[in-house]
Amino acid sequence: MGELIDALTVAGKAALGFQAIFFALLAIGINVQFGYAGLLNFGQIAFAMLGGFGIAISVSKWGLPFWVGVLVGVLAAVVLALLLGLPTLRLRADYLAIATIATAEGLRLLFRSVSATPVTNGTRGLSAFNGDFIALAPWDTARRYRFLGTSWSGAELWVALVGWVLVALACLLVWALVRSPWGRVLKSIREDEDAVRALGKNVYVYKMQALVLGGVVGAFGGMIYAVGTGSAVPDQYQNANTFLAYAALILGGAARVLGPVVGAMLLLFILQFADTLLRALIDNGVIPSELLSSTDVAQIRFVLVGLGLILLLVFRPQGIFGDRREVMLDAR
Amino acid sequence: MPADPRSPEPQRLARAALRDVAWEVGVAKPDPAIVVDGVTRTFGGLTAVAVDHLEIQRGGITGLIGPNGAGKTTLFNLLTGFDQPNAGSWTFDGRPLGKLAPHRVARLGVVRTFQLTKALARLTVLQNMLLGAQDQRGESFFRALVPGIWRQQEKENTEKAMDLLARFKLDSKKDDFAGTLSGGQRKLLEMARALMSDPQVVMLDEPMAGVNPALTQSLLGHVKDLREQGMTVIFVEHDMDVVRDISDWVVVMASGRVIAEGPPESISQNQAVVDAYLGAHHDAPLTVEEEDRVLAQAEREIAREEHVEGEVLSSDVPPQERTDR
Repeated sequence: MGELIDALTVAGKAALGFQAIFFALLAIGINVQFGYAGLLNFGQIAFAMLGGFGIAISVSKWGLPFWVGVLVGVLAAVVLALLLGLPTLRLRADYLAIATIATAEGLRLLFRSVSATPVTNGTRGLSAFNGDFIALAPWDTARRYRFLGTSWSGAELWVALVGWVLVALACLLVWALVRSPWGRVLKSIREDEDAVRALGKNVYVYKMQALVLGGVVGAFGGMIYAVGTGSAVPDQYQNANTFLAYAALILGGAARVLGPVVGAMLLLFILQFADTLLRALIDNGVIPSELLSSTDVAQIRFVLVGLGLILLLVFRPQGIFGDRREVMLDAR
Repeated sequence: MPADPRSPEPQRLARAALRDVAWEVGVAKPDPAIVVDGVTRTFGGLTAVAVDHLEIQRGGITGLIGPNGAGKTTLFNLLTGFDQPNAGSWTFDGRPLGKLAPHRVARLGVVRTFQLTKALARLTVLQNMLLGAQDQRGESFFRALVPGIWRQQEKENTEKAMDLLARFKLDSKKDDFAGTLSGGQRKLLEMARALMSDPQVVMLDEPMAGVNPALTQSLLGHVKDLREQGMTVIFVEHDMDVVRDISDWVVVMASGRVIAEGPPESISQNQAVVDAYLGAHHDAPLTVEEEDRVLAQAEREIAREEHVEGEVLSSDVPPQERTDR
């Protein structure tokens, strides 16, 4: 019983920590692109990497202030979105998917390559760039605090606080946009872009705006991740994270303002809960070690998430927040 | 532009204007809204559209008919910017429309509907309608964030949308997802949505296809209403009864060309049209003299066949004999 409560609190911390914020922001960006505009961005992690490295390179390589680094990260994300969108948004949806997935992988390989080492430190990555940001915390960041039964460092709490404020702002922005006529055009493009064209809307511009907005939100996710870990290593930005963010979005419900946030929290909660509980059960001998060793747990928890997603799609395809009627319309 | 109430049959204005126009391909109309000149579109070796000259009378209903693959929809796509021609030009109110993107054509007041209805399934009926409104301030990214800028306009658009929905008897469905509507209701919604933009030219691609007869009547009524409001209507249709009922002028296409045009009553007697639809030898009901003529023709062919053994009967008739009426 003690293990269960322990696992719950640890998982609760994970659901509130900077990793959950990272996935929430990635998923909010994807929600704008995929959920509302129907754009398949399979390289959201590339935007996050540019956000994280925007700060890291600016601060530790170029010696610029932290906030300039934030600006650099945002600008880099905007430029990437434009570069990806210009050639592909006039084409069918699949081309954007192909271009983004290739770009995400290509950029990561470029950042970790030997030739990029002078700027990115290659596979070792950059660190010591979040000092200015942590120093802004109104409390002692070196101390540890008890919070909801778990222990948080002051820096962790500060990153989480700023992160959740960012998430809230992003949700507010998305909410304000999708209830407006702008959001209506975006949703219509998802349904049928030719119909929208025939009604006098410049579909290309709306898609581009959605791509840029989603990319910038994703870049903020990358920044939170970078300041949360205190380092920026290219291999942290594996494209699997994009798909985990998609999982979070579907879990929470696509085209719902809070869907990606709740989905990301739940995803991290399930992952951490399964991890902690399984390890505890293995240590106690409840699960025989021949059946499952603690080294397998890291993989098994993803299997559990996959299982959960399958069950979700069978019994609640709209996700937690979605509208079942809306989702079932596609089946017609 | 509302119809003149003093005029006994205002909807026939266009027909009256077209009364003295010759029934020949490419003829000039008294007041053309759309003028097409030398438009060709080829897909590989196939010439989908090759229209030398075509004028569409303003304020009238022009029916565009032709067998499958005649190029009607391709012509629609070209006129509305959804496709670009290999050559040629076309103007709306004297303004060239060539090379304009679809949304620019729509903003000029030329809106279209689609053969396969494009209701936006996961938007409500009312949202579908509101999308049709033009010059919305809230459709710009930054202004969308300040509701004060667009709320008033949104309210006005909603009122207009509800009026239109009431006319199309869809007002009770305003909060339903468009995807739950029946096929006929979707056609109605698409037409109503197009009207939200206060168009000058409405292009309807098979508005009656797949619509049950009862709804067809109400759709027909709506199309006639458009004309009474001064809009120019071009529509593609296969049902000849419908075409005869509502059109002021009929343009017939076959193999990408305009093969005939004229008032509806002229079309069913036009041999080129009959041939295009049914081939030179068809089994449509014939009048007595037609029967005599066909009989005489057959006898001639049989006589000739006896001269030239093994000739294929149906393809050896010279074209002038087929269209000699």
